[in-house]
Amino acid sequence: MPERAVSTLARSLLRWESGLVLAAGAVILLGVSVSSEFLSNGNLFYLCISVGEVAIMTLPLTFIVITGEIDLSVASTLGLASALVGYLWSHGWPMGAIIPTVLAVGVVTGAFNGLLVTRLGLPSLAVTIGTLTLYRGIAVILLGPNTISSFPPTYTSIGIDTVPHTFLSYSVLVFLVLAVLFGVALHFTPFGRSLYAIGANQEAAIFAGIRVKRIKLLLFVLSGVVCSAAGILYTFRLSTAVQDNGLGLELNVVAIVLLAGVSIFGGTGSIVGVVLAVFVFAGLQSALFLTTFPQRAFGIVTGCLLLAGVLIPNGSSFAQRARDLARRRAMRVSAAGDAP
Amino acid sequence: MSAVLEPEVPLAVANPRRFVDLVLRIRAFGIVAALALLIVVTTAIQPRFLSRQELKFVLLDTTVFALLAVGETLVVLTRNVDLSVGSVLGLSAFLSADLFGDHPGISIVVVFLAGLGIGAACGVANGLLTTVGRVPSLVVTLATLYIIRGLDIWIVGGGQVVASSLPNSFLNIPQASVAGVPDLALVIAAVVAVAAYYLRSYRSGRELYAIGSNPEAARLAGIPIARRVFGVFVLSGALAGVAGVLWAARYGTIDSTAGTSYELQVVAAVVVGGVAIFGGSGSVAGAALGALLLNTINSALYVLGISAFWDQAIAGALLLGAIALDRAISLQLGAALRRRKLGA
Repeated sequence: MPERAVSTLARSLLRWESGLVLAAGAVILLGVSVSSEFLSNGNLFYLCISVGEVAIMTLPLTFIVITGEIDLSVASTLGLASALVGYLWSHGWPMGAIIPTVLAVGVVTGAFNGLLVTRLGLPSLAVTIGTLTLYRGIAVILLGPNTISSFPPTYTSIGIDTVPHTFLSYSVLVFLVLAVLFGVALHFTPFGRSLYAIGANQEAAIFAGIRVKRIKLLLFVLSGVVCSAAGILYTFRLSTAVQDNGLGLELNVVAIVLLAGVSIFGGTGSIVGVVLAVFVFAGLQSALFLTTFPQRAFGIVTGCLLLAGVLIPNGSSFAQRARDLARRRAMRVSAAGDAP
Repeated sequence: MSAVLEPEVPLAVANPRRFVDLVLRIRAFGIVAALALLIVVTTAIQPRFLSRQELKFVLLDTTVFALLAVGETLVVLTRNVDLSVGSVLGLSAFLSADLFGDHPGISIVVVFLAGLGIGAACGVANGLLTTVGRVPSLVVTLATLYIIRGLDIWIVGGGQVVASSLPNSFLNIPQASVAGVPDLALVIAAVVAVAAYYLRSYRSGRELYAIGSNPEAARLAGIPIARRVFGVFVLSGALAGVAGVLWAARYGTIDSTAGTSYELQVVAAVVVGGVAIFGGSGSVAGAALGALLLNTINSALYVLGISAFWDQAIAGALLLGAIALDRAISLQLGAALRRRKLGA
């Protein structure tokens, strides 16, 4: 009995999220050792605005990856939304009409991904590589080489003001509110449980009466809307709409989701993990930017985090395989020794 | 019992195979037809399109992409994907061209070998992470896409290699031509032919198809999956490395952005060329035709005075159209094969 209690404790300590808490602590130590400014309100606010939109986009992607699919078009959807904001604004639309229009376009882009995946049965990887190119291409057509930057200050101030009495940016506030909503939906509703069921065994989920196609379509639509909203925030923060807004951010989004312990094969993951992974990622980025590390080369770090997020969970299976191999070799040696 | 079955076996196997062959040939014919239609329509509107100069540009632009597409095809056949080719091209283009500055008078062959080596090294990393690390190749190469690009940015900094630091003999490589056809295009055609022969006639080439169509069956049949997959990643990297050197010779000016987002164009070319994104089916010739089609479209847009801003959207739409078409074909094919089996 005590043995079992110990093993339960060990298992809870071995949870991926516990590792992330340690990683977060290590990142804070690293940041403080790099610069005494690391924990200042100014730097923490900078940390928030640098990760806000990416953080928002991780939430719907987490749901999608849990069901065993992927959406690589997130950053292009953000870019398309941003280009559309600029395009409509430069054509004299009022902001009150632009925002709902852009969100509606987000529904369309997400539904397009979702319908190709669910109705035509195409692999989401191929579909979203296609729409990654297509949506970015539409953004390029909309804006060409133009830069739109004459947005009204009432909107752009959202991007550069702090939430009163805190160091949080509005984008991170949006992320935290959404994270609570997504967390409740994922961990405390039948809908959330059905996502795990689909990811663990799609066939079984269908036989259990879960409407797999409808749910997947819904998730892609959700991703389209949320990424478009992130695109609007992104545009206001930079108060600029250009064709390559958010280019390449899909790597950051995917890296955070996998670092959060969401299995690329589906079926596992938690929102707590995602929030922790966002912090680890943003903290590391902020700490490195306080050094002389070239900012444009940060892809090296993001790529390594992405690999770590997948290789480390595989680690236990490496150990298992190594043990198997050693045992088989030992048996072969002893068999050879027994032979006359 | 066996006496009754025996005459049926050749029928049941040979017939569907010929049928599948026919369908795939029609698929390849579709690309050629699209290409011909594009050329006829564009030339009808703007006769300049068929000028020697324009054709030469199309072929030259295609060479780099076709080389990448051959490597990508080998990878995709095994149900994997290599998204790092654009970054490998960029790193190899800069490092190999930089050799001319550091070692004046260096032999061009050595520079090409350096590019090949850099690319192969990147391929080894991709291959090891995929096979030993057991990480899906999509994740591995998405990560190395940015890691290799990051290394490139780190090494290059704000600098660049300019054409004046490169020897003329190097810059003239893309200019040489036989009867108006660039030598490079002929070399690439030879590479495609060799790869096609390998895939058709070599045991290990056939095994790539087996791995892609059914990995589990391939494992049970004793095919060394890990070794083959590792091999195709190294080949894909090496070809991307050579493509980088060619890129340097073609454009002369190389900074840290060389080859950015080429991976999307290459995947689009391969899939448009009829290589199934889920592996097991397709040909390098088709992929090279796909690359030619995409580059001809770009060139046609330019000649017709349509803004180059349409390029990317068209590539994306074609990619989606091609996978949807392939899906429809494979569903029809499966149904037709089942009917034939029942009929026989």
